[in-house]
Amino acid sequence: MSPVGVTLIIVSSPVIVASELVKRYGGVTAVGGISFEVAPGESFGLLGPNGAGKSTTMRMVGAVSTRTSGRLTILGLDPDHDGPEIRAQLGVVPQADNLDEELRVRENLMVYGRYFGLPMSYVRRKADDLLAFAQLQDKAKSKVTDLSGGMKRRLTIARGLMNDPRILLLDEPTTGLDPQARHILWDRLFRLKEQGTTLVLTTHYMDEAEQLCDRLIVVDKGVIMAEGTPASLIREYSTREVLELRFGADRNAEMAESLSGSGDRVEALPDRVLVYTADGEGELARLTEAGIRPLTSLVRRSSLEDVFLRLTGRSLIE
Amino acid sequence: MTAIQTRVLDASPSAAKARRFGAWYVAEHRLRVMRSYVSTVVIGAIGTPLLYLIAMGVGLGHLVGSTPIDGVSYLQFVAPALMCSAAVTVASEEFTYPVLSGFKWNPTFIGISSSPITPGQIIDGMVISVIVRAFVTSVIYWVIILFFGAMTVGVSALSVIVATLVGLAFGIPIMTYIATLERDTGQIAMVMRLVLLPLTLFSGTFFPLTSMPVYLQWIGWISPIWHGTQLARVLAYGAQVPGWLIVVHVLFLLALIVPFWWLSRRIAKRRLTA
Amino acid sequence: MSVDEVRMSAPARRRPGPLGALYAGNARAVLYRAFTATKSTNWAVVLSGAFEPVFYLLSLGIGLGPLVGTVEAGDGRAIPYAAFIAPALLATEAMNGAVYDSTWNVFFKIRYAKLYEGMLATSLGPLDVAIGEISFALLRGGMYAVAFMVVMQLIGLNLSWWALLALPAVLLVALAFASFGMGITSYMKSFQQMDIINFIMLPMFLLSGTFYPLSVYPQGVQLVIQALPLWQSVDLVRSLTTGAVSAGILWHVLYLAVMAALGMMLTTRRLRALFLD
Repeated sequence: MSPVGVTLIIVSSPVIVASELVKRYGGVTAVGGISFEVAPGESFGLLGPNGAGKSTTMRMVGAVSTRTSGRLTILGLDPDHDGPEIRAQLGVVPQADNLDEELRVRENLMVYGRYFGLPMSYVRRKADDLLAFAQLQDKAKSKVTDLSGGMKRRLTIARGLMNDPRILLLDEPTTGLDPQARHILWDRLFRLKEQGTTLVLTTHYMDEAEQLCDRLIVVDKGVIMAEGTPASLIREYSTREVLELRFGADRNAEMAESLSGSGDRVEALPDRVLVYTADGEGELARLTEAGIRPLTSLVRRSSLEDVFLRLTGRSLIE
Repeated sequence: MTAIQTRVLDASPSAAKARRFGAWYVAEHRLRVMRSYVSTVVIGAIGTPLLYLIAMGVGLGHLVGSTPIDGVSYLQFVAPALMCSAAVTVASEEFTYPVLSGFKWNPTFIGISSSPITPGQIIDGMVISVIVRAFVTSVIYWVIILFFGAMTVGVSALSVIVATLVGLAFGIPIMTYIATLERDTGQIAMVMRLVLLPLTLFSGTFFPLTSMPVYLQWIGWISPIWHGTQLARVLAYGAQVPGWLIVVHVLFLLALIVPFWWLSRRIAKRRLTA
Repeated sequence: MSVDEVRMSAPARRRPGPLGALYAGNARAVLYRAFTATKSTNWAVVLSGAFEPVFYLLSLGIGLGPLVGTVEAGDGRAIPYAAFIAPALLATEAMNGAVYDSTWNVFFKIRYAKLYEGMLATSLGPLDVAIGEISFALLRGGMYAVAFMVVMQLIGLNLSWWALLALPAVLLVALAFASFGMGITSYMKSFQQMDIINFIMLPMFLLSGTFYPLSVYPQGVQLVIQALPLWQSVDLVRSLTTGAVSAGILWHVLYLAVMAALGMMLTTRRLRALFLD
């Protein structure tokens, strides 16, 4: 599309630079000074529980919410002055679908394409192309309300791609979808990543973050708790394995007390006790020998959930 | 099918085009949506004038008798008023539910605002689309009125523009109000019953305002329907209205359209970019 | 009363006989639900509904009345124009309220809220649902009618003691339209189709001798208008409030009673077809 040299220059500088970004609503601080950069072609994630400030951050990056303070440039432009110029190069997949229910599936894409000043003839071809990408060809003339949740989300993604965006923003892309629909969606997002689209996504699912993100920040209460690749975060904030023990709801807390000292660290949750250790099976054998008899036991690899628990003392999905 | 094929040089997304034509793209969207209930629109646009002209003009006119009202027959007297009311009805449909829906129920405005389009352009686009529908409705009304012989071809054609303006003067302030709503707990029904209906009935639509007691005439004075209808009557059959009053009528309509349009844009901006 | 006794006395058993599969004799459970649901309604909106016919009456009675002068009542007396249109507005309001409650409201409950599906999954039968819903519509319509008749009385538009009978007459009108409307709504699939109802209501309102006597029409048109249910209703109510009563109004009563019965049969059959077959 553009001369090779130009492309190279663009590639070398970050597409999003946020520094000390703050957003307050009245007296409530939704985002309390977060800083990050996203490189072109990168897949960048914001992981955190509901209400952590992820969606607010996404709206500021999407140039639809003005920041209270801090610096923010998207594709080298300031959203306060160049909103339309920035949004012309973004694709947005919001958390709540806002497809037009009064239009048919294909019309939704065409109408949206027009908002980018694209000619009608082009918008038609592009819509067909994206319907194929979203695996919705045979739904082209359907009503939006007749689509399943997964189909609606794929259509929203297709809509966000009408303008060939340089950055695709996805807010909780698979929340509320069944496992099969999630996997179909992830597959589509992988393909976009392979084609070089920069992805920025928020999620409160650690498996999603592990699957899709090259790099991520863990956000809680509007501030960044940690930053890194999924693997490095797990290495840094958790052990290799986790031993999960259940003693029944009444006894978990009490047993956690008596287990303290085993493994690297012990966490008591209402429904289970977690023992962090490099060798789960070995730890379980030691505990059994010491006469501890849990109702059930399970050894698994550490995940981002454990990182979050370690950083905040709370579970990600409550 | 894996890769997305369609990428052509001359179709790069353009913020400049969106800045210039954004409102028209929104209007295009709204008109496309209207196509999904086009049968309602068309039957309404043709059926309503036929019905009202027969019932009010011919039926009621028979009852009123041959005494001239405002110097003309009853049918000639009500025809311009009915045309203005039709435009007001169109505006009250398009500026209520679709506006609340766009912000809330089916939040298409939020979707649009993540494209280069600005919130102000969304409001402008809504207004443009209503102008189109109200204008077309008024033209159809005018043609049917010609068939009934209640107007003659000529200056009366300009009453179509007046009717469209009345629609806007009534509808845009309503849009401003609706844009501030978080949800509908019957406010829209209340607007229809307590604002639209009385303003239609007490604005000199079916009888001269002066035949009402003075303590009820004020309803007409604050009603865009009365101001617009009087203008339309001047154009339709040369009703005798002093020049200064014509100026007042025009200014009154503009005074409702311009500030509330501006206010709607501000509310939309506050709401969509918070 | 112990729990067992309560269970014994509950009218949940299916009654034997021709209505056995349709009617559990428990329409009041449906009515109870409707009352409970109104607690969360916006009362200002309900109240504002009462103003609609009053606005028409004041506007046309005060503004248009002087232009029209007097109109001939059924028995040839000359009556003021306001007294002529007031009963028509009363009948029209009964129609509008009944049709709204039995069409838009019911449409939403059938297609979106799935309310009846839930009700019919219990021991309730389709006739319970129909009777319960229509009774509620009548109660509300009755309240509006009383309010409007009070206004008429204050302005002096009830010209005869017969006017007292206008209240049951209005309820009959509402029953006829509500039972028919509910049956028709069960065929509707989309909001677009629901618009058809408006296309029928508006012409009936404007043309059924509401604002002017039937005599303005040519003979042939008069016959068509007389066949419309709203004209039947308007003429019935107008005869009563103006005191121009003759045995002929019994035909109106019969017309509306038959309409109500047919509507009820249609509704029951349709609810059964939709949810039980």
